[in-house]
Amino acid sequence: MNPLAAQMPALQVIVPMLMAPFVLLLPRGLSWAAAAAASLLAFGIAAQLTATVIDSGPVAYQMGSWPAPYGIELSVDALSALLLLVVTGASSLALVGGRASLAAAVGEDREHYFYAAWLLALAGLAGIAVSADAFNIFVFMEISSLASYVLVAGGPDRRALPAVFKYLIMGTVGATFYLIGIGLIYMMTGTLNLADMELRIAEVADKEPILAAAGFITVGLALKAAIFPLHVWLPNAYTYAPHIATAFLAACATKVSLYVLLRFDFFVFQQNLSGHAFQFAAYLMPLAILGILVGSGVAMFERNVKRLLAFSSVAQIGYIMLGASLVSIGGLTAATLHLFNHALAKGGLFLAIAALAPLAAGLRLKDMGGMARQAPWTFAAFVVAGLSLIGIPGTAGFVSKWYLVSAAMALGAPGIALIGVVVLGSLMAVVYVWRIVESACFGEPPENPARSAAVPRPLGAAIWTAALANVYFGIAPGLPLRLSSSAAATLLGHVPA
Amino acid sequence: MQVLGIYYYWVFAILLMIGFYAVIAKLNLVKKLIGLTLFQAAVFLLYIAMGKMEGGTAPIYGASAEAFSSPLPQVLILTAIVVGISTTALGLGIVVRIKEEYGSIQEDEIQEIDRR
Repeated sequence: MNPLAAQMPALQVIVPMLMAPFVLLLPRGLSWAAAAAASLLAFGIAAQLTATVIDSGPVAYQMGSWPAPYGIELSVDALSALLLLVVTGASSLALVGGRASLAAAVGEDREHYFYAAWLLALAGLAGIAVSADAFNIFVFMEISSLASYVLVAGGPDRRALPAVFKYLIMGTVGATFYLIGIGLIYMMTGTLNLADMELRIAEVADKEPILAAAGFITVGLALKAAIFPLHVWLPNAYTYAPHIATAFLAACATKVSLYVLLRFDFFVFQQNLSGHAFQFAAYLMPLAILGILVGSGVAMFERNVKRLLAFSSVAQIGYIMLGASLVSIGGLTAATLHLFNHALAKGGLFLAIAALAPLAAGLRLKDMGGMARQAPWTFAAFVVAGLSLIGIPGTAGFVSKWYLVSAAMALGAPGIALIGVVVLGSLMAVVYVWRIVESACFGEPPENPARSAAVPRPLGAAIWTAALANVYFGIAPGLPLRLSSSAAATLLGHVPA
Repeated sequence: MQVLGIYYYWVFAILLMIGFYAVIAKLNLVKKLIGLTLFQAAVFLLYIAMGKMEGGTAPIYGASAEAFSSPLPQVLILTAIVVGISTTALGLGIVVRIKEEYGSIQEDEIQEIDRR
């Protein structure tokens, strides 16, 4: 084996992390190129890791050759590979396409700081996905969160500042809850390695601290993942962030916390706490259903396009949690698949918003008037991603909703009610996506026409890559499906991926 | 005496709740951050307390002591303290920017300004 190939899990984090200070040192003109190159390299590493995982199963990496559980272990299995693809892919598309939009939002003189923060966020998110150590996950989570607070606050709109303050407070409370949970588990088991934790918890006689830890960890991560009703930081943070940063964060920031949540609740606790499956379902299923209905409902009446899409994100997180709370192979497959597909759809939508924003100052629905004629290609891509968000057959969103419905069907009679919720949520999605399309196609164009109608080429290419990926993975969902079904098997049954 | 014997966990819980109360109930953004710092400090105490052993010393090879305190929680908390400081610094930086833009650091006043 190529000696470099063995170091892939570590390089996944190290490349963007080391590039971050370099971006500050390089001449100003090169900072974007360096950031985009690091992100593309990280995407290449993620693709390579995914290929290895598919060929030969999970990859384990002992940091500094100290054997686990004493040393720090990195491990990449199907679930982490899926997540790595989402994180690095979203970052690369947004960076490659987003130069002009970011320069306008952040300002040429501050741009390089912004790219450095971007790479740190990328390193943190990738670090969470590769790490097999509970405390390392905490540190990476904070690296990515601190960097993403900077990304959100980087925009020109002053309303971003109170939004990011709220995000910071809630994010830190969530991370600290997680830290308490880790502390309680460490107290009882003396280990931080996730796989080792799972074995040692089984030996613990008094399970009450573990139960408390499960509560702290689930609630803390639910805050970070913006699971309804802990989502209140999300709409404003997404609305007032620079558009390109929104595309990146909406595609992966909450997904990564969901990943840690699934990993803890299923991989670590599921086998060890009696009745855990029932508790997980009993607490999270109502929240998931409420999230779908309330998120979509608010989106139906929202007037700002970015806020509308942000509330739709709250609903989509609900679908992912609904799949997970079925606690079955089918449900978890649907959940992880939707995690991937929603990132594709929402990333594409927000990228298109970034391209349309210069034409529609304010981004309220009424500002969207005439968009379909002014930027037909970009708007067509927006519609494709929107169809995927709704779940129209032939797009990626349909595949994951189909799996969700089949998993619910397996429950029998109560499953019918869940299918009703999914269908109702999708109909509501039709309404809110249609409201945007309607004002863009039939709305009155703004009085004083926009400055320039040209969408920068790289951004157009990025948008269409995302839109075509939505169609491609809707017709040939082989890769994500394979990864997510093997992830579901790992999460539930200890079958090696 | 079981309850008093684990007084350090009481300190942890009480500090945690004082901090959490400030985060939720105070409208002044700086006071919220002070609450957040207390909230995190409480968790640091939880970790330090669990590593402490009566009469234990530093685990240095060859020392003649019989009991060793676990150094790992302290190492973990060193990292967590760094994270906490960065969060506080970033938070204060944002408060300064909010003061520049809005002329206020009261949450209700900022919301009022935005609503106009």
